[in-house]
Amino acid sequence: MNLVRLSWRMLLREWRAGELFALTLALVVAVGGVTAVSFFTDRVSQALGGEASQLLGADLVLVSDHEIAPIFRQEARRRGLKLARTLTFPSMIISANDNRLAEVKAVESTYPLRGTLRLESAQGESPAPGIPAPGTVWLDERLREQLRLAPGGRVELGAAQLAVVGTLSFEPDSGGSMFSIAPRLMMNLADLPATRLVQPGSRITYRLMLAGEANAIAAYRAWAASRLNRGERLEGVSDARPEIRAALERGGKFLGLAALTSLILAAVAIVLSARRFLERHLDGCAVMRCVGATQAQVFRLYLYQFLWLGLAASLAGCLLGFGAQWVLARQLEHLAVGGLPAPSLLPVVQGVLAGMATLLGFALPFLQRLQRVPAIWVLRREMGLPQRFNLLGFGLGVALLAGLLLWQAGEIRLGLTVLAGLLGVALLALLLAYGLIWLLAPWRSGMASAWRYGLANVVRRRHASAGQVVALGFGLTALLLLTLVRGDLLHGWQSTLPQDAPNRFVINIQSQQLPALRAFFSGRGMAGPEIFPMVRGRLVAINGRPTTAADYPDERAKRLMEREFNLSWAARMRDDNRLVAGHWWRAGEGDAAQLSVEEGLARTLGLKLGDELSYQVAGQGFAARITSLRKVEWDSFRVNFFVIAPPALLARYPASYITAFYLPPGREALLNDMVREFPNLTVIDVAALMGHVRAMMDRVAAAVEFVFLFTLAAGLMALYAAIAATREERMYEAAVMRTLGASRRQLALSQLTEFALIGLLAGGVAALSAMGMGYVLATRVFHLPYHFNPWLWVVALAAGGLGVTLAGWLGTRGVLRQPPLLTLRQLT
Amino acid sequence: MQAARLSKQVPVGSGYLTILRELDLEIAAGESVAILGASGSGKSTLLGLLAGLDLPSGGAVRIAGEDIFALDEDGRAALRGRLIGFVFQSFQLLPALTALENVMLPLELAGSRAARQQSLAVLERVGLGDRLHTYPKHLSGGEQQRVAIARAFAPQPKLLLADEPTGNLDSATGARIIDLLFELNREQGTTLVLVTHDAELAARCGRRLRLADGRLEAE
Repeated sequence: MNLVRLSWRMLLREWRAGELFALTLALVVAVGGVTAVSFFTDRVSQALGGEASQLLGADLVLVSDHEIAPIFRQEARRRGLKLARTLTFPSMIISANDNRLAEVKAVESTYPLRGTLRLESAQGESPAPGIPAPGTVWLDERLREQLRLAPGGRVELGAAQLAVVGTLSFEPDSGGSMFSIAPRLMMNLADLPATRLVQPGSRITYRLMLAGEANAIAAYRAWAASRLNRGERLEGVSDARPEIRAALERGGKFLGLAALTSLILAAVAIVLSARRFLERHLDGCAVMRCVGATQAQVFRLYLYQFLWLGLAASLAGCLLGFGAQWVLARQLEHLAVGGLPAPSLLPVVQGVLAGMATLLGFALPFLQRLQRVPAIWVLRREMGLPQRFNLLGFGLGVALLAGLLLWQAGEIRLGLTVLAGLLGVALLALLLAYGLIWLLAPWRSGMASAWRYGLANVVRRRHASAGQVVALGFGLTALLLLTLVRGDLLHGWQSTLPQDAPNRFVINIQSQQLPALRAFFSGRGMAGPEIFPMVRGRLVAINGRPTTAADYPDERAKRLMEREFNLSWAARMRDDNRLVAGHWWRAGEGDAAQLSVEEGLARTLGLKLGDELSYQVAGQGFAARITSLRKVEWDSFRVNFFVIAPPALLARYPASYITAFYLPPGREALLNDMVREFPNLTVIDVAALMGHVRAMMDRVAAAVEFVFLFTLAAGLMALYAAIAATREERMYEAAVMRTLGASRRQLALSQLTEFALIGLLAGGVAALSAMGMGYVLATRVFHLPYHFNPWLWVVALAAGGLGVTLAGWLGTRGVLRQPPLLTLRQLT
Repeated sequence: MQAARLSKQVPVGSGYLTILRELDLEIAAGESVAILGASGSGKSTLLGLLAGLDLPSGGAVRIAGEDIFALDEDGRAALRGRLIGFVFQSFQLLPALTALENVMLPLELAGSRAARQQSLAVLERVGLGDRLHTYPKHLSGGEQQRVAIARAFAPQPKLLLADEPTGNLDSATGARIIDLLFELNREQGTTLVLVTHDAELAARCGRRLRLADGRLEAE
């Protein structure tokens, strides 16, 4: 017999009868969620992998925090490599209307060596003709808007006046605007001296970009690697934009894990639907066994049906995912690296595999039971019942899902943590659901009959009810966390800031400018802000042992070791710092070689009281012992330092100064005056910075919310499957009750009561878990006071109660329409 | 078909309930036999054992010379597919298949290449030539039983087993179904064993046996 053809025909029929609707839709939704994320991350990784040399703008780049020695250029020329120099630094840009902090990039005419710059004009985007001509600059769209520049306008950059002649839309070696907090100004390197912005202590990044034959590049790299000094590093094509790569990989990983929760809920829908499928096909299987089908034939017949179904649903899910990834890409377009390439087919393979694995993993135990239905079942139901259901049968499905989770997490520890977390939440939610159902049970007696039957149904089907409560509670919790709880945390953090918290930071102040700057503030009726010295030094040894970034496995520690520290000096400790260990130095103390270290930094770098730290400052070295550890409130927005020394230790080194002050609204003109008077100063607008960071977070959160919508949809499908699984039972009960004289209204009321209760319980579980997680996040992670938000409960209960009642009503209204005798005949 | 010392016991509480007691039965080819008995007397159990749907506590059943309990489960299924047709009280059509597909099912399971032609012919013969593509739920009870009869006769079985074939039908429809069953039985020379309460139906069989206290007695 052609079982494949027969299975296809039977599947079509099942589909038309609506048998497999919930299972299929849950699978489509789950695969859609998973592939949407895969498609998106695939496009991004293609962009990062395939165009890596474009990402770098070269084949090799030497990056340095100080001017690069000429020998590197000479050697590159000698080896026949093409080269280009760039300098980037933050600086204030002033236009006739406004001023803004920008990331300035000064480039040579050979830049970029790989890829092209693109300019935006009224005619659209087009490749740029070289680089900005001397005396002119290109701004990106964001900066142009912020400065409110008219076409042909001019900007002041330090001591220079430059004409704005183009809008920069793409530069190959930028990671997209997501990663540059300040907008871009591009200028000709030849104009740089006229700005007089390059001064000692200026935060400038120097790049020497190189391109050429692969062999020549490799040879140069080997030559240069052995000659690198501190603060210099080489970036090749393979390590282009590591921060973007890391951020995107992490982002993709978490989005992927979020999407997998929808697969877990789909598994619930599959189990419920497959059980119903089993029950409805026992007779058919027994008949087939009667008329000569072998066990293997029966198994294959149903296996093929599920294979067809899995394939069709997974492919439909991939289509949905393909559509949905555009939404993700739009939400996260600022992450994009200059236009994403089309996705590959790999996510389709992943989606189909994930869909098939979930479907077969959780449906196979039922199919195996179907093949074991004894033929006598057809004559004697009381004999030879298929064996009782065995939870161990789901071992394969659970193992497959756990494998998918681990694979998506990319590392065992994260995968196991997520797995344990999900199991923990599910178990807690299950206990909570059972507890609430148990609490509800005694309330039955005092109620009107319709309500009582509804409540009785929840209690009687307590396992199914608890399962539904957990499945829905899961989806609702995720959405509550991302909306209300996130808003509460943000609000809580904002309310911890005093009204007059500093909103502008000024850096790069030179010591000779201090009296003039103080006079500037007092001349404008403002209290002179406290100004702090800042000395840039590199930590080179701890307790006499040389230390490098490679000594630390922790990423944050590595980053801290790679860059220069901002050291400061002070005679007395600030009021908002708190000593947690050791003692602060006293005036006139003989030994000046002391340091006070922020406790978080000490923890990250493994430092303790009494350790001796050796620093390299402007070519000279000093060593000092840690005599105190401090706790610092970083989110007070006041100037603070990781490492502070007594004045006697650091005052002899070259220093720049930093200050922070509160600029009341309406007084922005003061900044223009300040930057005109002190062109080398860099003013950082914290409010704008926070706005930018928040906008980025909102986009990321919107993307995560979008992915969790799939989770909620899969949760609703699980609910639908649960309703469908008990449909016959409900129909039978309704028919009996109708026969005994129950009105349609009474029946409807009792069913709606049941659904509303399940929805309210799910809402309650979600509100409790979201509240618990919000509390932990607020108090343990963000160290904020926790404020109870009653809206959390209102929204959770309303969304759960109304949503589930509606879904339940849609799923069972047919039950009430049918005459009772017809129902009883069909079912018995 | 021969049944020798066939017995069946089922566990009940702490003990065993004996349904069939070392029962002997021999049915010749082409014979028609009715098995009568009160509810719960074990008629369906006997029918199930004769078809190899269930395993006996003791004894043997031979069909066309083959000891069916010497075969494994799949061997018995294959033998049923080759030699035995079934008609059930509750029709037992697969709801997902049309009338034609239901009739084709045993033929397709046996790998017949002419499944469609054979099924069309039998459905025509039972008067359902115009309902080929109708699903069971859109057929009346009588029509469903006619499809079931067509399904049973389509593979041209040597032995037809029927369990209360008119039990779910009104008397007029039941009478027409009985006519059809016997006509086909005659045409194909099938051996017919049926279990029934219906004395009228039993009267049309060549031999009537009553099952009481686990043993068969001739009427």
